[in-house]
Amino acid sequence: MTLLSVDSLSVSLRGREIFRDVSFDIAPGELVGLIGPNGAGKTTLMRAALGLIGAAGQSSLAALSATDRARQAAWMPQAREIAWPVTVEALVALGRLPHGGGGPADHAAIVAAIERMALTELQQRTATRLSGGEQARALIARALAQETPLLMADEPTAGLDPAHQISTMEVFADLAAAGQGVLLSLHDLGLAARHCTRLLLLAEGRLLADGPPEAVLTPDLLARAFHITAHHAQTPDGPVFQPLSVIR
Amino acid sequence: MTRLFVVLATLVILLALAALMVGPADAGVAASLRALLGEGGPLVLVMQEIRLPRMMLGLMIGASLGLSGAALQGYLRNPLAEPGLIGISSSAALGAVIAIQTGLAAAFALALPLMALAFALLAVVILLALSGTRRGDTLTLILAGIAISATSGALTQLVLNLSPNPFATSEIVFWLMGSLADRSMTHVALAAPFMGLGFLLMAGLGRSLDALTLGEDAAESMGVNLSRLRLRVVIGTACVVGAGTAVAGAIGFIGLVVPHLLRPFTGHRPGPLLWASALGGAAMLLAADVAVRVTLPDRDLKLGVLTALVGAPFFLHLIWRNRRARA
Repeated sequence: MTLLSVDSLSVSLRGREIFRDVSFDIAPGELVGLIGPNGAGKTTLMRAALGLIGAAGQSSLAALSATDRARQAAWMPQAREIAWPVTVEALVALGRLPHGGGGPADHAAIVAAIERMALTELQQRTATRLSGGEQARALIARALAQETPLLMADEPTAGLDPAHQISTMEVFADLAAAGQGVLLSLHDLGLAARHCTRLLLLAEGRLLADGPPEAVLTPDLLARAFHITAHHAQTPDGPVFQPLSVIR
Repeated sequence: MTRLFVVLATLVILLALAALMVGPADAGVAASLRALLGEGGPLVLVMQEIRLPRMMLGLMIGASLGLSGAALQGYLRNPLAEPGLIGISSSAALGAVIAIQTGLAAAFALALPLMALAFALLAVVILLALSGTRRGDTLTLILAGIAISATSGALTQLVLNLSPNPFATSEIVFWLMGSLADRSMTHVALAAPFMGLGFLLMAGLGRSLDALTLGEDAAESMGVNLSRLRLRVVIGTACVVGAGTAVAGAIGFIGLVVPHLLRPFTGHRPGPLLWASALGGAAMLLAADVAVRVTLPDRDLKLGVLTALVGAPFFLHLIWRNRRARA
């Protein structure tokens, strides 16, 4: 059983090819990190997989109706838009729109998502007046409240302090452990190495590597995709990854 | 939320009754209501043919302006949007002005609203052709609206400029100020189907507009069809504003101020703001129409003048309060 199946997906925007023939599946229990240098097309790949932009090839999500897709996958875009000064609770409650909203199950999902992102104290505060990191957590809670089998987030940890980066990754890991699937685009390779069960490396207009972190974060692939060297070690506290220098 | 509904609905009912009671034919409340139901000689005519259509138009146009203002602000995620933004009211006004200038309106009473409706329709066709139904492209919609407004405004001024007849000119100027005076049930019947269609299109947009709080991408991923949403907002606004302008002239500020005023009471959520603004718009226009009749009963103070006169300083006050709250 797969939650998302992408087959030979290719996207060209304004005559420029972003990537071609990308194929991967995401199964329940996986926490997949999508990594790649700036401009590799990580956001485009996720949006094409969702069917938000046109693409050649197949994606199981893009084939669904809009309503079914909203119950299958939650999507947290990179742009953290909150257009109106609603409360955190009202913001999180928006995640229940695809399910109807307003029922007891909806209420339970909202409360659970708020607790999970440690927002209980902030829930009556105005979302637009929160700090950037707090807004990011509120928006993640919105996506969690959608209670979909698959969760997709674009740079969910950007702008969070270290404690919240780690606890957010742990929330995603818990979701995966409970049988959901998670696909995140990440720039922090250290977080990717420690928390993801699998990494997709998007570079050179294609999927350069797909596998467990130790198989993807190799010196060769890092040099090719990111032009960096790195220290990567297994320690008693888990894997440690630190980028070291730029290869010129 | 229920309390807000009860308060606004009560206000609308009271103001609607007040709108029925106020007028030069000074009749008591009981006599007026009896006359409305058809007993009481000449007062029956006053109530049924003059005050009832005036009240109904106030109710319908006010609700239209409030609803479409809230829908546009929610769709564009911009509290400065107002129904006039997309150019429908100015092009409807142009149609009416041409009807007055050419004498069509004098020859055939319904020529004016019909011409206004035709021009509103033309404007919406141009608007959709220019801005299309492409998702995410709100800027093109706004720019197309501004271009249509500017063109219609310039053509209206050209008609005034070249008008050889000072009577037609003053009639045009007064008509442009907006009024509910001397309207009949025919006007109600003419506007009602368009407004009904507009309400049907826009009343159910609450959830989509709520979802849009998170931006277009997130909203679309939650099942919102952005192209359909855009069409419903644009055509819905065109229907209600085109019909409103056709029968009452251009009445400004209500579509801008009412959603702004009521937004805090709905928790800033654009969905519930739709019905709240519809009720609030109806209340504000009815209040304004009662006010023009009470303050200067002999001078025929124009409704659009009053709404702008009261609305603009009030808006300034809101901005001032907002600024202090933010500081």
